Amino acid sequence: MSAPASSNRPLSPHLQVYKPQLTSILSITHRMTGVALSVGTLLLVYWLIAAATGPEAFATAQGLIGSPIGYLALFGWTIALFYHLSNGIRHLGWDAGYGFDLPTVYKTGYAVLAATGGLTVLAWVVGLALQS
Amino acid sequence: MAKFDLPANSKIGPGKHHAAPAGAKTVKTFKVYRWDPEGKANPRLDSYDIDLEQCGPMVLDALIKIKNEVDTTLTFRRSCREGICGSCAMNIDGTNTLACLKPIDEVTGDCKIYPLPHMPVIKDLVPDLSVPYAQYASIKPWLQTESQAIPDQERLQSTAEREKVDGLWECILCFCCSTSCPSYWWNGDRYLGPAILLQAYRWLADSRDEQTGDRLDNLEDPFRLYRCHTIMNCTKTCPKGLNPAKAIGEIKRMMIARR
Repeated sequence: MSAPASSNRPLSPHLQVYKPQLTSILSITHRMTGVALSVGTLLLVYWLIAAATGPEAFATAQGLIGSPIGYLALFGWTIALFYHLSNGIRHLGWDAGYGFDLPTVYKTGYAVLAATGGLTVLAWVVGLALQS
Repeated sequence: MAKFDLPANSKIGPGKHHAAPAGAKTVKTFKVYRWDPEGKANPRLDSYDIDLEQCGPMVLDALIKIKNEVDTTLTFRRSCREGICGSCAMNIDGTNTLACLKPIDEVTGDCKIYPLPHMPVIKDLVPDLSVPYAQYASIKPWLQTESQAIPDQERLQSTAEREKVDGLWECILCFCCSTSCPSYWWNGDRYLGPAILLQAYRWLADSRDEQTGDRLDNLEDPFRLYRCHTIMNCTKTCPKGLNPAKAIGEIKRMMIARR
């Protein structure tokens, strides 16, 4: 059902002009964190394989993940994890038929952001405390 | 595959500037998307300085003033000027709404006006809506029955049954919601979009309709219904305060319930 091919009509602007708003930003973030988590899972698999291979390979993996860049990646991964988890629960609510009215959408949206921040900080505080 | 930038023939160039008449005190600039199908040029953004003291309160008033007094070639759809017909749907200040219901003073800074997003443009602010109209026809938007009606009597509904179509029948098919939906932007050829799905649910929710099964069969498709990812831009932008996302959620629930 697309327009005839001979038409030279321009396409009206979309992403270029549409105002970013909480609804769309949280949605695209959900998708991006989903992609990030898939990549992060590869890292997790690498770490487990290294642990199974032997002490030397595991030491290399630990060194890589323990480096500043490794920490940064891990930090990003935890943000992605807790965002995707919190917003996933929000999606479950919608799938069950709840939370569609706009004030609730905004409240749950901000709650997801707060939960992401809180859980990420908590995970790192607990993780670093256990390490030392 | 979604294409995030505009095709070469759709990129917007700088346009003409129309200054306000001398002596105007409260001047606001309206930047309006223009495209002339008879020329070969790309779309452009013309700016019009309007004296608000000589203009009605709504964005549509400003557009009519521009057409009457400044530039008669400006083309846009309008009819009722009170949010009933849905003709003047356009993208104002970054979101889709009806120009007749949008107060000028809600817009801070320059007021930018574009046609409904990601649609073929016929001229200026007039988009080609033939695809959404064809999609509307595809959901058979009329009462379908099999049982014989009682002679000389309407098909009756209880008050509770009638209330189930509240929030659905008020839709005026302005397509603000469908054209605010990124999923409809990228898959508008196969995804029906929020406006049409709200209409589909309007007939699914109607106690008098007897083709619920066929209607659901028609929607049971990875694209027609399930390209809705609950982004919620539709509900956010609806100038009538309706909730297409909720209607789509209800259709998805009906799909699960009938398994």
